[in-house]
Amino acid sequence: MTGFLARRLANYVLLCLAATFLAFALGSLTFSPLGQLQGRNPAPPASVIAAKRAELHLDEPIPARFVAWMGGVVHGDFGSTITGQPITDELGARAGVSLRLFALGTVLGIAGGVLVGVASAIRQYRLSDYAATLFSFLGLSTPVFLIGILLKFGGLRLNEAAGTTVLYYTGEFSPGFQGGWWAALVDRMSHLVLPTLAIALVQIAFYSRYQRSAMLDVLGSDFLRTAQAKGLTRRRALFKHGLRTALIPMATLFAFGFGLLITGGVFIERIFGWYGMGDWFVYGVQQNDTNIVATVTLFVAVLVLFSGWLSDVLYAALDPRIRL
Amino acid sequence: MSASIADPHSTAGSPGSPAQPLIEGPSGRGRLVLRRFLRHRLSVIGLACVVALYALAFLGPLLTPWGYAEQDPTAYLSPPSAQHWFGTTQIGEDVFAQTLRGLQKSLTIGLLVGIISTSIAAVVGTTAGYFGGWVDRALMWVVDLLLVIPSFLIIAILSPAFRGKTWLILVVLLAAFSWMITARIVRGLTLSLREREFVLAARFTGVPPWRIIARHIMPNMASILIIDATITVGTAILTETGLSYFGFGVQPPDVSLGTLIANGTNSALTFPWLFLFSGGLLVLTVLSVNSVGDGLRDALDPTSARGSRRRSGD
Repeated sequence: MTGFLARRLANYVLLCLAATFLAFALGSLTFSPLGQLQGRNPAPPASVIAAKRAELHLDEPIPARFVAWMGGVVHGDFGSTITGQPITDELGARAGVSLRLFALGTVLGIAGGVLVGVASAIRQYRLSDYAATLFSFLGLSTPVFLIGILLKFGGLRLNEAAGTTVLYYTGEFSPGFQGGWWAALVDRMSHLVLPTLAIALVQIAFYSRYQRSAMLDVLGSDFLRTAQAKGLTRRRALFKHGLRTALIPMATLFAFGFGLLITGGVFIERIFGWYGMGDWFVYGVQQNDTNIVATVTLFVAVLVLFSGWLSDVLYAALDPRIRL
Repeated sequence: MSASIADPHSTAGSPGSPAQPLIEGPSGRGRLVLRRFLRHRLSVIGLACVVALYALAFLGPLLTPWGYAEQDPTAYLSPPSAQHWFGTTQIGEDVFAQTLRGLQKSLTIGLLVGIISTSIAAVVGTTAGYFGGWVDRALMWVVDLLLVIPSFLIIAILSPAFRGKTWLILVVLLAAFSWMITARIVRGLTLSLREREFVLAARFTGVPPWRIIARHIMPNMASILIIDATITVGTAILTETGLSYFGFGVQPPDVSLGTLIANGTNSALTFPWLFLFSGGLLVLTVLSVNSVGDGLRDALDPTSARGSRRRSGD
């Protein structure tokens, strides 16, 4: 068991390293970090460009640059951006913003998805079932950025109708906000509503479709009929015996859903002006900054592998057959 | 339609295939699948929509006198009217013509990516599953590696390399990073298929591995591959428009629905026609492609546990 876990952990670390190297190498190959400097008018003297070249270690081979950068990462130093700011300073705040969005989106998405899926399975072919199916179809066919934009305009219309700012759609808090912690909390919450809703809607659409079919399979199973025949109420049989079995496939889906969430997060942060990791990534690509891109990739890789691990844990918690 | 769907036992031409009794000829299954598909009203509507969208994208430009790059100096930012059906942009371009051009590109990219990525998935998955051993482990490790970074991020990193170049590079990249999950499913199917009698018989009569994969294993998972290609078309369109929205996808002078939406959102509050039509067509496209995929799944693969109508009798 310990050997298995150790091998698994080693593979995870290797995958993280390989993924980060891939991003670092591809970034180094395709980016032209000196482009902005060279494109200036009047052109800067050659010595300035040469100095920047040396500062960014552009003459060294890519693997050597990667090893040097990774050596810093191990010690908690993620290098600096092209403009010379240390990445580590900004990393904590940005990671916090993204993690809050991801955590809320996942929790709301799974809870909502399971609820909607179960409800529409129990009331199959009723109006509510068709409505839920239509919703999940629409949610999965609409790009996240479009959902974000539409919600933003919806919020704006609501504010206009209400006459005051009920829902904020830019930033994660009001700049220069003064007030007590309660008012600050309310302020943060009202900034949180729309982005979280945008993320959660897609997640609910994704999970509810699978939850519905998993629940339908369980509803037709013999053990549920037996449970009811033994004298359990329908409600008790459904939730104690049925739902638990129907949740098992969801544990595997969780790993896939998380990938969807991360890509969605990039759009949502960008559209709603949150300074999170996704926003940073887009900025990094636009600025041709390899270090930022590699840092965000490492962050994403760790999160994806963590979600994979978490999905295994959930599986074990739900399905006693695979417990070791 | 029946020609494209391989019968699961249509390996009858090769020496090592099983003598599975067929009640009906190959056309029997084709007809059965067609009947099951037609029973899905939503999917039939979806198919009609897909056909209509392709027709609109490629024949629609004939309907309007305006070219996509043509500017109308008499109408800047005019709302939809009889002259400009979808309105005009800041510099007087006809939004209808532009939207159709974007739709053309998005539909073409989606279709190509669906075909290419499913082909990659089929080759990689069957190779890993059939040969097993280190080939399997190496290929699955690559799959794991590519799954760790969302494809969106990799293509965004690579975007400076194809800036100003042909959009076909984007197609190749999208296909190169969207085959992994299907490859895993295909590998799992291959693992069970390769122990079947007809494959063993083929192997023992000396059929080379590549021939076994191409003639005996792949036809048996044709339905899965067709379903997957359809679904990949939808996801590819979503990824492409997302990348284009950030300027990481289709590059000017080409336009796609993503770039149109991105251009339109800046002033969308006051001029909603700049992005509403391209956004609406995008949702309609993906929605109909997905519903076709759903209907195909139920028609071709009735054993898949998707909670379809079979359960209603319980």
